[in-house]
Amino acid sequence: MGFDFLQDKDRIFTNVYGFQDYGLKAAKKRGDWDETAKFIKLGNDKIIEEIKASGLRGRGGAGFPTGLKWSFMPKEAPTDSQGNPRPSFLVINADESEPGSCKDREILRNDPHKLIEGALIAGFAMRARAAYIYIRGEYIMEAKVMEAAVKEAYDAGLIGKNAAKSGYDFDVFVHRGAGAYICGEETAMIESLEGKKGQPRLKPPFPAGAGLYGCPTTVNNVESIAVVPTIMRRGGDWFASFGREGNHGTKLFQVSGHVDKPAVFEEAMSIPFKDMIEKHCGGITGGWDNLLAVIPGGSSVPLVPAEQIMDAPMDFDGLKDLGSGLGTAAVIVMDKSTDIVRAISRLAYFYKHESCGQCTPCREGTGWMWRVMEKMRDGDADIGDIDTLYEVTKQVEGHTICALGDAAAWPIQGLIRHFRPEMERRIRENNAAEPVMEAAE
Amino acid sequence: MPKVTVDGVELEVPQGATVLQAAELAGKEIPRFCYHERLSIAGNCRMCLVEVKPGPPKPQASCALPAAEGQEIRTDSEMVKKAREGVMEFLLINHPLDCPICDQGGECDLQDQSIAYGKGGSRYEENKRAVTEKYMGPIVKTVMTRCIHCTRCVRFAEEIAGVEDIGAIGRGENMQITSYLEGAVQSELSGNVVDLCPVGALTSKPYAFEARPWELTKTLGIDVMDGVGTNIRIDSRGREVLRALPRVNDDVNEEWATDKTRHAVDGLMKRRLDKPYVRRNGKLEAASWNEAFQAIADVKAGSSVAAIAGDLVDCETMYATKRLLKSMRSDLLEGRQTGLSYDTSNLAAVNFNSTIAGIEEADVIVLVSTNPRWEASLVNTRIRKAVRSRGAKVYGVGPEADLTYPVEWLGDDMSLLGKMPKAVTDALKGAEKPALILGGGALSVEGAHGAALQLANDYKLVRRDWNGFNVLHIGASRTGGLILGYAYDGGIKALAAKKPKLLFSLGADETDYAQFEKSFKVYIGHHGDAGAHAADVIMPGAAYTEKNGTYVNLEGRVQHSAKAIFAPGDAREDWSILRALSDVIGRTLPFDNFEELRTRMAKDHPELAEEGLVALEWKPPTGLPKKPKGQGVHPIKDFYLTNSIARASATMQRCSAELLHADDEVLEAAE
Repeated sequence: MGFDFLQDKDRIFTNVYGFQDYGLKAAKKRGDWDETAKFIKLGNDKIIEEIKASGLRGRGGAGFPTGLKWSFMPKEAPTDSQGNPRPSFLVINADESEPGSCKDREILRNDPHKLIEGALIAGFAMRARAAYIYIRGEYIMEAKVMEAAVKEAYDAGLIGKNAAKSGYDFDVFVHRGAGAYICGEETAMIESLEGKKGQPRLKPPFPAGAGLYGCPTTVNNVESIAVVPTIMRRGGDWFASFGREGNHGTKLFQVSGHVDKPAVFEEAMSIPFKDMIEKHCGGITGGWDNLLAVIPGGSSVPLVPAEQIMDAPMDFDGLKDLGSGLGTAAVIVMDKSTDIVRAISRLAYFYKHESCGQCTPCREGTGWMWRVMEKMRDGDADIGDIDTLYEVTKQVEGHTICALGDAAAWPIQGLIRHFRPEMERRIRENNAAEPVMEAAE
Repeated sequence: MPKVTVDGVELEVPQGATVLQAAELAGKEIPRFCYHERLSIAGNCRMCLVEVKPGPPKPQASCALPAAEGQEIRTDSEMVKKAREGVMEFLLINHPLDCPICDQGGECDLQDQSIAYGKGGSRYEENKRAVTEKYMGPIVKTVMTRCIHCTRCVRFAEEIAGVEDIGAIGRGENMQITSYLEGAVQSELSGNVVDLCPVGALTSKPYAFEARPWELTKTLGIDVMDGVGTNIRIDSRGREVLRALPRVNDDVNEEWATDKTRHAVDGLMKRRLDKPYVRRNGKLEAASWNEAFQAIADVKAGSSVAAIAGDLVDCETMYATKRLLKSMRSDLLEGRQTGLSYDTSNLAAVNFNSTIAGIEEADVIVLVSTNPRWEASLVNTRIRKAVRSRGAKVYGVGPEADLTYPVEWLGDDMSLLGKMPKAVTDALKGAEKPALILGGGALSVEGAHGAALQLANDYKLVRRDWNGFNVLHIGASRTGGLILGYAYDGGIKALAAKKPKLLFSLGADETDYAQFEKSFKVYIGHHGDAGAHAADVIMPGAAYTEKNGTYVNLEGRVQHSAKAIFAPGDAREDWSILRALSDVIGRTLPFDNFEELRTRMAKDHPELAEEGLVALEWKPPTGLPKKPKGQGVHPIKDFYLTNSIARASATMQRCSAELLHADDEVLEAAE
């Protein structure tokens, strides 16, 4: 194997399995909160430069360069109608609800201080007054840990007035969602934080111009923020030394499904799929010949059939070339025992259930797609219905306010692209089994 | 001024315009459901998708996208056509095809746009969604299965009406528009959501299954339910008015109307006076027109004759009456039928000078003994706009009321007018466009008018291009009446003291007739209400939908209303009654038809000749008493029952009972 696996000395999340305590004392032992004030003394622009140099791309799925995102925040505070300056905010997206994703959870419950320290540094870099950590409603234990860790940090003077003796005032609030997938969309999360019905907003204006309470806001994924302190400590160059050009860094991968040992683990970007599964997951159940398909980035991305994924590098660009995406690096492995149509139909049900209902194509289209998918399971359809279904996904994709419409359409498009023969087989067999009614003579 | 290209045609659009507006300026029609000029942008129907370069390679919602320099907008490309067909198909998959039994049929955006932009058929073979009805009150009927979730109603309720009674619950295809607890929508503007709803989800409850739009004769009229002069379209069939809808007039009502304006029209068919009556032996008995005229002639009043104008009459009727009295050598005219007696030497001092549209620009507003939400609901929406968009500060003197925006109430002691708290005077001093609104209730307090004028003087409410002194009249006839001289020095009390032998009441139902016990009372009006009760002779006249007429609204705007239907039975247009009567008593009026009457009136009162704002010179009277005492009042006790038409309306009675008296004790039958 030619790939340089990530060595233990280069791991950022050293307590990802929770073998140690999450508390402040243990966290400090792991290196958190070590001379945090020093980074703040560097100044806002230096921090952003360092993050840009690290090549960190957003870990929430879209892969937008994090440093660039921060630089969109205004340097001069905008004023409201009465002439008072508006504060800026950092919102940390811990509403991890994507089927397959379970990485933020490990950070929240096992390494919360990495996140809080990252919030302070990132918040300072973007001139934010406070950070809101929006935790998924179902993450009850995680929210409790997070609240305890935030209290510890306040008590130790690490956040609040003169945070970590840096001279910068910074607050961190933990907010619990109520269990809606759509609140993971950045503008829907802002609406939800404001106490409204979680529905995505129209863009423009973008959150960096007018976000939470109309103030400049940046929404970042938990992992994107939690890696920031280590990047600052070890330097952007160190982080950039992992992975291919444009896909740098280390990443928490989450492998679930038909592997011997499903796991969450930190690995360098661009690791070939096969190497990753062999090293961390003990191989595919039934051997590599038994692999059917892989959803490489959480439920929203199209599946990739076995023969294409084997040697693919697990990074943003490598999977994009396969017509899929890295997403949150939530790898769902499916072997040949999988009813692939049923699996995708279940995802279609998920999107139908989680569509916010605001805009027409997604509200009406997700239900339609799911109902047709249910028919496809048993082949209770016509061959032409596959084309209709494909057209419906195209009518949803790209016509909605947020990306949920795309996310609902892509898995089905992936299925039709790669498994159309299977779908046609079911329809033919089903139609053959039904006796043709003949007219009485 | 960004330059954009729409379908190959280059044009400049105003700064801040959206792509949709740019396309409209280029003469391109953009289909839409959720977008509405007067509401915030939701961008959720996705019907207005167009292709825009530069930008992502997918269609963009034109309603929400700002037009920018160098944009290439295409509204006729294959991508746009497909996008529209796609959205249309989605909207229709769960929309019931019950157009034949839907009241929106014939005026339905979804119908029209599916013909213009949809595909011929549907590929959806599954079952359609069904949604339970939601109760929204006596005005709005719901069939929520038809809802396409455009949220116009939600935005209207929140932004314009200022009530948060309508909203969406549920997610995805289970999202439902509802009034949450399914109580009546607590707004006097709820009927507007019926117009806003692009489909048949919200329709008019009183009008349900009454008529199809193509059966209706449409007449342009002016509403008389309050002093605003809402521009309406009177929809009639045969001899019946079926509904009144607002017309667009940005200076007056924008495109809204109150529930009273819309739905009091069913009162036009009830309790009508359709034949003359003469009181004989203390009892009103039906009579012929000649008997009625003769009874009046028999009074032989000489010059001892007076006239009181009600709130609903048009200028022509008042003018004809004035001419008749003049020919009898009397000038005993009064229009302030509830007994007000404020000074009218300068009409600008009793006018809404900021204008209805202008009050939106005010930054500090002082309300004096007024509840604009009831007295002029569409002025209240303007004040709400000033508060929302300009951050205007509103202070209130008088009894507190929920006006849908924050008001700092100073107390209801009217003497406050003379000694305003420092916060208020500071605000007035610092304001760019300070305004004061004096309600009808304030004018009834001795000294309030003078104190308010003093305040206007002290804080320079009247400037070179701004007049912030406003009097809010409630009656539709009031300003026209004041112009025509229907204001006797000392008010009705002084009029009664003259002990006129003959008293004409032009639909005056709010007057206390006890003070005219000795007078022979002639009621010219359309409803059997208080005025008719007290009358000695009743001459059945025409209601506002049954005659041509000129009305002057509270800001001094002259507007013409047209006749939609004929008055019922033997009832006649008011002017012709007066003309016929003048013959009998030997004082023939100098006009033989309505046009001649209107020409005469224009000659005597040139300001009433043309439609538009009357120019009133600001010369406030000095020397008025300035020491108001006592408490302010709100003259309207029940918004839905303010005049004889509304009181006769079953819909208005239902509204009153349900929205205003829901908590009253329920009367039970004796067992």
